[in-house]
Amino acid sequence: MEATVTTESKEKVWGGGNEPLRASYGKMMMWFFIVSDALTFSGFLVSYGFSRFKFIEIWPIADEVFTHVPFFHGNYPMYYVAFMTFILIMSSVTMVLAVDAGHKMKKTKVTWYMFATIIGGLIFVGSQAWEWATFIKGDYGAVETKGGNILQFVNADTGKRIALEEFATTIPSERDRLERKDAFWFQSEGSLPSYTINEVVEGVKSHPNVLVKTAFFDETGHKKEVLSREESLEALKDAKLVVEGANLTRNEYGHPLFADFFFFITGFHGFHVFSGIVINIIIFFNVIIGTYERRGHYEMVEKVGLYWHFVDLVWVFVFTFFYLV
Amino acid sequence: MAHDNHKLAIFRGTLNFKSNVQKIWGVLILLSIITAVEVALGIVRPEWSLTKVLGMKLLNWIFIGLTIVKAYYIAWDFMHLRDEKAGFKWSLVLPLVILIPYLVFILLVEGDYIYEVYKDGFVTWNF
Repeated sequence: MEATVTTESKEKVWGGGNEPLRASYGKMMMWFFIVSDALTFSGFLVSYGFSRFKFIEIWPIADEVFTHVPFFHGNYPMYYVAFMTFILIMSSVTMVLAVDAGHKMKKTKVTWYMFATIIGGLIFVGSQAWEWATFIKGDYGAVETKGGNILQFVNADTGKRIALEEFATTIPSERDRLERKDAFWFQSEGSLPSYTINEVVEGVKSHPNVLVKTAFFDETGHKKEVLSREESLEALKDAKLVVEGANLTRNEYGHPLFADFFFFITGFHGFHVFSGIVINIIIFFNVIIGTYERRGHYEMVEKVGLYWHFVDLVWVFVFTFFYLV
Repeated sequence: MAHDNHKLAIFRGTLNFKSNVQKIWGVLILLSIITAVEVALGIVRPEWSLTKVLGMKLLNWIFIGLTIVKAYYIAWDFMHLRDEKAGFKWSLVLPLVILIPYLVFILLVEGDYIYEVYKDGFVTWNF
């Protein structure tokens, strides 16, 4: 349709010369896209729920996974995501204000509100990148058993998580990372963990204050079970791998599906935010060069606004199901 | 927009705003309060909220409820569905309201069933 480049107000009118349901063609199609995208996102979130119900006993507790705030050390669950949520809601507000100023044909106001919206979006995407980096890097490290269970370590005196480097011993070994230049055929492997499984197991044996925390919930139903000293040593007999951080196959925080869904759903949402920012920037420049002033209405701002609010709406659900529930 | 007649009341008319801009800030305050309550509950996790109601912790039901309230205000006021014609509004909202709970119901029941099989069945889940 040539409608996208026209500067006349005819563009709002359907081929039949009327506006069914008092909505213009573009706005209605944006809404239909949003409805189908909402169904896509609900498919993802429901499959997350499915996997979670399937492994309900060993699903990680979000409060124990996302505990970091940039520039601060310590254990601060939730504060940073709450901040991210607030940023996104705030940028939604500046977006509505831009739409509202557009209705009143105030070009300068629209420009500034669009600018604020873009900045908010950038802060959000940056925060999400940081969140991913922290999650991938991991913090304490854990071991994986033959059956795929994750065993974490706690300090018996304080009850707090303890990092591998605080107790693992150093045993000289010959194991080097296999790089492609050393391989017989086109083989290579990812980076090796900082400690071998033997170093971790020996470390636990020589430190009597280290206990194993399993992925299972204890009898209260909302805390993970901490084993006694004997049970800990017994459980470590099955230990096979050292896991540091998370990727698509291993996850030091618990079940690997948690990491998979985290990457997939927040990644898909982050991609929506990214494309929203790009579209916002395009519209922002169109506002500056006066395209909508000449066209006589700012409906384009309203349409990208709908998309931007939708991104916010999805985040509200992602926030609930990944971080709160 | 040609029709500049925004509906300026929320809470079924209990709270009336003078202008659209004022309503936007009002809704922002409401959404911020809800988020703050969610975060506070998530950090404190009070003992009373950890009892199970219909197979899930009461706290989780509260979170889901508050999320739906937030979604309502984002869609109704920020995406100004409140100002759209009823036919348009419901043709967008009803398919979602019908299909999503249906999918949720089916998949969560199925997930729980598989969990029971792993737990009580002859198949070990340790693979």
